[in-house]
Amino acid sequence: MEYLSNTYFLLALTFLVYSLSKMLQMRTGIAILNPILLSAIIIITFLELTDIDVATYNEGGRYIEFWLKPAVVALGVPLYKQLSNIKKQMMPLLVSELAGCVVGIISVVLVARLLGATQEVVMSLAAKSVTTPIAMEVTRTLGGIPSLTAAVVVCVGIFGGLTGFRVMKVTHIGSPIAQGLSLGTAAHAMGTSRAMDVSDKYGAFASLGLTLNGVFTALLTPTILEIIDAIF
Amino acid sequence: MIIQCAIIFGCLALGELLVWLTGIKLPSSIIGMLILTLLLKLKIVKLRQVERLSNFLVKNLGFFFVPAAVSLMLYFDIIKAQWLPILGASAISTILVIIVTGWIHQLMRRI
Repeated sequence: MEYLSNTYFLLALTFLVYSLSKMLQMRTGIAILNPILLSAIIIITFLELTDIDVATYNEGGRYIEFWLKPAVVALGVPLYKQLSNIKKQMMPLLVSELAGCVVGIISVVLVARLLGATQEVVMSLAAKSVTTPIAMEVTRTLGGIPSLTAAVVVCVGIFGGLTGFRVMKVTHIGSPIAQGLSLGTAAHAMGTSRAMDVSDKYGAFASLGLTLNGVFTALLTPTILEIIDAIF
Repeated sequence: MIIQCAIIFGCLALGELLVWLTGIKLPSSIIGMLILTLLLKLKIVKLRQVERLSNFLVKNLGFFFVPAAVSLMLYFDIIKAQWLPILGASAISTILVIIVTGWIHQLMRRI
């Protein structure tokens, strides 16, 4: 049984589970079978059943997570390919991005308070839409719990990837640029990976959304929270 | 393939360097992405020198998130204690961000 906590075994298991999850989603086309979510559920269940702790899993897992940073760098390629499109509509992009950022922060803070979250939790949610390192940094400056932020960012990413296209269909957001941008803005790199499933162009605007929202959120969150505190 | 790694990791390392030098509060990976875009634009790096590796990484972005999603089990307790405000607020706000960003973008393009 001890073999089950072997690093290479757990890595192999992760590759296998993800491949199967991806295949299942492609075969069935059911959105809820999001491969990240499905893989995580299967692996968490496996770890619970075999009594292996997350730290042990992450001895292998960190080699996978290691590629996250280079993968974000690689988003520079689709971004480069769309540069001329981006230049052509600089204003719409910046304005919609700014609106998305502000609405994201204000709405999560107000709704969380309304539903009875403690101050510490509210502060941990403010930056939930952006990529983990920025979100954790913002939480740290606000006095929230960075590890909770990291967890929420993942939840938001899964949720955004899962519901994004359906929400946009219902609300008549049809242009590929607006769709990609919204996904990256609301659900960072996980939304971007979902957009990348559709096409490079979607993915490029999603990576633009994730970048701009990251920068805006890092710069604006403390000020926006002060304003919210002053009003409410 | 090794040259492709050299370029991608080179951009990441430059991003790390900038963060270290300036103390700027942005992730090195995002700065690295912008550096890569710039290098491609300036034709210092050619598309074919990075395209294969970057395609592989970008197409499999989701996979690299699996360990982070598995680590969620560490936070089940905090999330369980205040699950309604945490999950409710995140879900509502995420939907709002998608709608507002998309609508305003479409609206601005029509003006």
